[in-house]
Amino acid sequence: MASPLLRVEDLKTQFFTSRGVVHAVDGISFEVNRGETVAIVGESGCGKTMTAFSILRLVPDPGRIVSGKILFKDRDVAKMDDDEVREFRGNDVAMIFQDPMTSLNPVTKVGVQIEEAMTAHERFSVKEAAARVVPLLKQVRIPAAEQRLKDYPHQFSGGMRQRAMIAMGLSNEPELLIADEPTTALDVTVQAQIIQLLKQLNREVGAAIILITHNMALVASLCQRVIVMYAGRIVEQGPVEQIFDSPQHPYTWSLLRSVPRVDHARAERLVSIKGLPPDLVRLPPGCKFHPRCRFKVERCEREEPPLGDVAANQLARCWVLMRNVPEEQREETKVVEVSHEAAAELKQADTA
Amino acid sequence: MAVAAPTTLEQIDWENPEQIGLWRDAWQRFRRNPIAVIGLFMVITITLLAILARIVFAFHLPFLQDYLTQDPANSDLGFFSKGHILGSDYLGRDILSRLLYGAGISLTIGVLTQFIYLAIGAGVGLTAGYFGGRVDNLLMRLVDVWYAFPDLLFLLVVVSVFGASLLTIFVSIGLIYWVDLARLIRGQVLSIKEKEFVEGARAAGSSPLKIILRHLVPNALGPVIVSLTFGIPRAIFLEATLSFLGAGIVPPTPSWGVMIQQGYESIFAHPEEVLTPAIAIAITMLSFSFIGDGLRDSLDPRMRR
Amino acid sequence: MAVAKGAPARGALLSIRLPRSRGANLALYIARRILWMIPVLLFVITLTFLLMHLAPGSPWDRGGGRQLSATIVQNLNTKYGLDKPLPQQFELYIWNVAHFDFGLSYQYENQTVTHILLESWGPTFTIGVLAFALIVPFGIGIGVIAALRQNTWVDFLAVGFSTFGASVPNFVIGILLIIVFSVEAYHLTGGNVFLPPGGFGLDFHVVLPVIALATLPIAYIARLTRSSTLDVLRQDYVRTAWAKGLRERLVVMRHVLKNSLIPVVTALGPTFAFLITGSVIIETVFAIPGIGRSFVVAVSSRDYPMILATTILYSVLIAVANLIVDLLYTVIDPRVRLS
Repeated sequence: MASPLLRVEDLKTQFFTSRGVVHAVDGISFEVNRGETVAIVGESGCGKTMTAFSILRLVPDPGRIVSGKILFKDRDVAKMDDDEVREFRGNDVAMIFQDPMTSLNPVTKVGVQIEEAMTAHERFSVKEAAARVVPLLKQVRIPAAEQRLKDYPHQFSGGMRQRAMIAMGLSNEPELLIADEPTTALDVTVQAQIIQLLKQLNREVGAAIILITHNMALVASLCQRVIVMYAGRIVEQGPVEQIFDSPQHPYTWSLLRSVPRVDHARAERLVSIKGLPPDLVRLPPGCKFHPRCRFKVERCEREEPPLGDVAANQLARCWVLMRNVPEEQREETKVVEVSHEAAAELKQADTA
Repeated sequence: MAVAAPTTLEQIDWENPEQIGLWRDAWQRFRRNPIAVIGLFMVITITLLAILARIVFAFHLPFLQDYLTQDPANSDLGFFSKGHILGSDYLGRDILSRLLYGAGISLTIGVLTQFIYLAIGAGVGLTAGYFGGRVDNLLMRLVDVWYAFPDLLFLLVVVSVFGASLLTIFVSIGLIYWVDLARLIRGQVLSIKEKEFVEGARAAGSSPLKIILRHLVPNALGPVIVSLTFGIPRAIFLEATLSFLGAGIVPPTPSWGVMIQQGYESIFAHPEEVLTPAIAIAITMLSFSFIGDGLRDSLDPRMRR
Repeated sequence: MAVAKGAPARGALLSIRLPRSRGANLALYIARRILWMIPVLLFVITLTFLLMHLAPGSPWDRGGGRQLSATIVQNLNTKYGLDKPLPQQFELYIWNVAHFDFGLSYQYENQTVTHILLESWGPTFTIGVLAFALIVPFGIGIGVIAALRQNTWVDFLAVGFSTFGASVPNFVIGILLIIVFSVEAYHLTGGNVFLPPGGFGLDFHVVLPVIALATLPIAYIARLTRSSTLDVLRQDYVRTAWAKGLRERLVVMRHVLKNSLIPVVTALGPTFAFLITGSVIIETVFAIPGIGRSFVVAVSSRDYPMILATTILYSVLIAVANLIVDLLYTVIDPRVRLS
């Protein structure tokens, strides 16, 4: 079997602050194959964004990749020199950020910002780059692209800015696109359009996508595989249907239960996860999730479980595993009313 | 895009800082800033010295020479000669004594001026922000005009016209530089007015002014304190400038500006006579700036780096 | 300026919605700003005029007890129109100013104020222009380098300099420069190198005054540039630029500086006002026969026409500088429209 497009091995990224060392990414390993769509999910602060930044070597100060390998087509990104990293960014792997309102330079024309993404690399000549801007904008369905490329970002709506970001990301035909919460800042209807666009681009262009999100509905609609992160480590991973059908880690289970399912009744039982994610400077002993876990056993407080096989292609980091929790024990959860609108909005995102 | 249910876990706001500890946090941050602590220490030292000197002068205690006693036989002495630690000036007056007396003048002007800034700035800012509309427009035009004014020129005219007493100096400095504070407070009032609870208070029949004041004080206190802290060295600088230009404090009162102006006459023969007050004023202004910088960094959590 | 094409006019920055050409819009804006200067100037003149005329005493008071005789004062008052009632004097003054006639100086007999101002204009202008030529590159340069090398010794040095320069009065800097370069250098070389020997020329003698005048604004601009550049460096769009694989030069020039210099450009207006205030002090320190020095002399001898004319001149200069800065601002920031 051919080597995967991206293989992350035991990656550790830490921030050296006055409070102490923040273990943002704490030894994670995963793979992404060519053309595959993978989701990384978790609460904010669980290290999913820092994982993405690490892959592009964009970790901001005072953070640093401490150890581990980031093998992109068998080349270790962590060991590249500045020029190689520069050539790698935006060319082999492109990234789309959370907030399209702030991710575009406000004083430079949108067309220029797309064009420079290409002229920075050798794939296209200056002339070709200039000629590609309009087709790219059309590809992401920006109307009147010929005029729009001369606009400044403030003349674009939020959805259009995110489209422009995607056009920028695709401009060098990268093999991997990392989308960090690409729809969080957008209206729900626009969210659906963006996800549909990503899906279509994945099919047409064949680029692999890493979708970073906390929104389970998006995962279901776009991705083939899910990686669940908690406190800088992977707690569960596997194919989407399998994880959605039978999550084994209590955290994944809670995450999924906190999403109202549209195919269920109007009022839905929802689980909210009690407590706060752990302080990444002073991590609890044992399983990092145990202070918030309703199913913990004594062992969880002492010993951290390994990420072990729980089913075909499915890994989980848990001593208990949800399949061992009896049904009646799961249901002692508080009931949250879900408004009809919210369900409808989610349905829209879901079917996109 | 109001999603009614917690579809996202992002809504668990685990980073919300405690509001109560805000001032204690600010003090913690201030204390951890060595430059700011040095500034604070210097200002306290200078203030204590100035107060101590006044007591010594008032009771004619022999620790210091009289700052006005002339001794033509011992004029223009260098450092550490004949009991004059910092030497004597062209009339044989002890420079250290004059320097310490002048410290009192500088600090008094620096601090008193802030009350005038605050009174006018808060008054105009509150009025403009609270009434809004035409009143706001008028007052802000006034502020614009004020900004277009060559300030030192105006200050020179005012002080020379009304005679240079301590009172005219600090009143006129205060009258000229209230605009920054007025803008700051107006901005705060406007942003509070936009909040829903003010509408709610109006609807409930209680006075919106009370509500605004209650919210204004904690919100504006930090920036106002910073602005006033930076106002102190500015006022000290202006007084010294006026005196240096011959329009400020009238000799023989030893303000630092007067000392610099008199020492400057003999800069080639006795450079130390101008150097000493010049350094004193530089150190004092630097110390206040250090405190101001420290306060700004510690009171504005976004400034944390 | 940049007219939105079909984009929702959300900012409401544009007060006029009628479609108008860029040039016409600009001309209208400039015209409006110049018109706005008139009430500002009237306010400045009125205030200064009233202050001087309502003050106790008269311009003919002499210190030291020896006063001019009543007849002479009477004659002087008649000559300079001070015998007329105040409103009439004011009216006359405004009328004259509108015709660029600023009257006769009180202290220099039979010299028009305009003549004196024209004579002392040269040194002030020279020093000011030279200082400005230092301020922009050095202020911005120091600030940008400090921000790009944050927390290195270069940064600490720059922050130290700008803190020092922004809090030490310029006359103290002038005095220190004189002591170091003229007094001590005098002792060393036996030659009085840098101090003006009297008169003014464009030679080595401008070096110290220009440095003394420029230090404060350089420090101010450097501080501002540093903090706004640090701010921009943390912005999402700079990360986007890095993520695209742009070269550092392009990231810095196009994505960092183009944004971080916007607040710096707006600060050039106050910087100009700084220079005017500073020139009054620096010209006194270095004995430069410029407008600032003649203003100080005019104030101490209550030369009303000189004081008024200088105040008007400087107010106009500040207003024009602010207009230029605002125009510049709309050029560099496409989000801002003239209104």
